[in-house]
Amino acid sequence: MDYQAVIGLEVHAHLKTRTKAFCGCPTEFGAPANSQVCPVCLGFPGSLPVLNKAALDFAVKVALALNCTVQEFTKLDRKNYFYPDLPKNYQISQYDLPLSRNGFLDIFTGKTRKRIGITRVHLEEDAGKLIHQESVSLVDFNRSGIPLLEIVSEPDINSPQEAYAYLTALKSILEYLEVSDCDMEKGSLRCDANISVRKAGEKTLGTKAELKNMNSFKAVRDALDYEILRQSEEVASGNAVVQETRLWDAGKQKTLPMRAKEEAKDYRYFPEPDLPPFIIRAEAIEEVRKGIPEMPREKISRFMSDFGISEYDATILTSRKEDALFAEECIKEYPEKDKKTVTNWLIGPLLSEANNRNCALPGLRITAKRLLGLISLVERQEISGLSAKTVLTEMIDSGREAGEIIKEKGLSQVSDSASLESVADEVIRENVKSVADFKQGKESALMFLVGQAMKKSRGKANPKVIQEVLKRRLADA
Amino acid sequence: MPITKDTVEYVAHLARIDLQAKELEKLSRQLEEIVIFIDRFKELDLKGVSAASHILPIHNVLREDAPRPGLCAEKALQCAPQKEGNFFAVPKVIE
Ligand SMILES: [Zn+2]
Repeated sequence: MDYQAVIGLEVHAHLKTRTKAFCGCPTEFGAPANSQVCPVCLGFPGSLPVLNKAALDFAVKVALALNCTVQEFTKLDRKNYFYPDLPKNYQISQYDLPLSRNGFLDIFTGKTRKRIGITRVHLEEDAGKLIHQESVSLVDFNRSGIPLLEIVSEPDINSPQEAYAYLTALKSILEYLEVSDCDMEKGSLRCDANISVRKAGEKTLGTKAELKNMNSFKAVRDALDYEILRQSEEVASGNAVVQETRLWDAGKQKTLPMRAKEEAKDYRYFPEPDLPPFIIRAEAIEEVRKGIPEMPREKISRFMSDFGISEYDATILTSRKEDALFAEECIKEYPEKDKKTVTNWLIGPLLSEANNRNCALPGLRITAKRLLGLISLVERQEISGLSAKTVLTEMIDSGREAGEIIKEKGLSQVSDSASLESVADEVIRENVKSVADFKQGKESALMFLVGQAMKKSRGKANPKVIQEVLKRRLADA
Repeated sequence: MPITKDTVEYVAHLARIDLQAKELEKLSRQLEEIVIFIDRFKELDLKGVSAASHILPIHNVLREDAPRPGLCAEKALQCAPQKEGNFFAVPKVIE
């Protein structure tokens, strides 16, 4: 029996404002405990919140980038519940009149493109941070009141791969807009998932579970993989899936039901009386729209049409804004019409160097000009592709030019057939069996001999030339 | 709508208020009176009148994103019933 997963994601992203949502406390990460607090974010009686203009602007920006309709009239509401990280005993959030609704985000999973609906994007505030100790829990309110965006997707996601692609695309948009750091390790991006399964072809939704405690995009994917399996097995064996909140345990690679007994959710939302409502006029929305830079999806389309590169390659190159800027410079400067070579260099060696060094492409501090110089050396067969990768690593490590490194390490490719003849002869002498095989018509034996010759020349021989030389010498031998 | 004692008990629990039997009785009665009073709105013709979340004619009160001095940890923790270092300490909330 085939099962289809139905997944909706709820993402919370910290907005990168200098100060908190409703008070002037700084938002810097890593400050000593309770050093960035005031009566407002500590919920002291008599204190009054005032909304940060930048938080509202950022929120509108994100809403527009996610193709949402920004509501002309919006207000904030109190969501009431008791927890020690929530000093006011309510969170300022949005209930029935959220900032925006009905958007979408296009994702690309490597094979197909798909449109995922966005239910709503609304503004709220973060709670403090709890540190659990032996006998007490400690509370740090530095995070209390940091502006958060809640971005809720429609249950349009049908696989863990799609969920991963959705999160990557969303993160990319938030980073392009420069409104959030999106660092899951620092908690500036968090994701919960609602998931149910149903038999393929069935219309009604199954009972869903809410998954929490996933600390990376990979964890979200793993937790969903696990949960699909678990729920499918429940349904297959005729058991009912229980509606519950489950926590992802990365160590055990399992989701487990939340142990603390959950209170029935009764948040008694009501309009926040301390914050008058907001009227966002069409002109103001247009003003914000003008400030939105080219978004990843537009960049992908442009890379495809302007440079003729594949959607897959374009998606990889545009995922991070800095990568996209550097890639575009290189691709534009690359003199050939067919951009495949330079694209392969960027996606292959360059991005893997960047990943190894935990930085984006510009962080490698190799200029487009120098990179293209290196590629042209390979194209002119002055060095082999293999040596070029060694040279690239050295260029990044030392900041020196390719020519200098090639000279110093003696990496120039040898294309001069006279100097390759002795190598060819040596190889022929040492590989009697392969030579015999070749003479009996076994073509693959030649490739083996070429490989041996390349090895002997420490990668410096021009493979085409050595092949010619070998053929000639074998005919004589 | 009659307000039962169960409803008041439930709301009291949500608000973390511990009510005595006598208080429960009294509050149930009072709450019911309030609800009956509010119910009188139903007698009015409110077609085309949208719900008012706020009654004052003010909107778009915003501040610039500029840091302002807050409280130092020592000051912030001054009234805390229990503290540890620079942290507020509370009864442990997870097992
Ligand atoms: Zn504050």
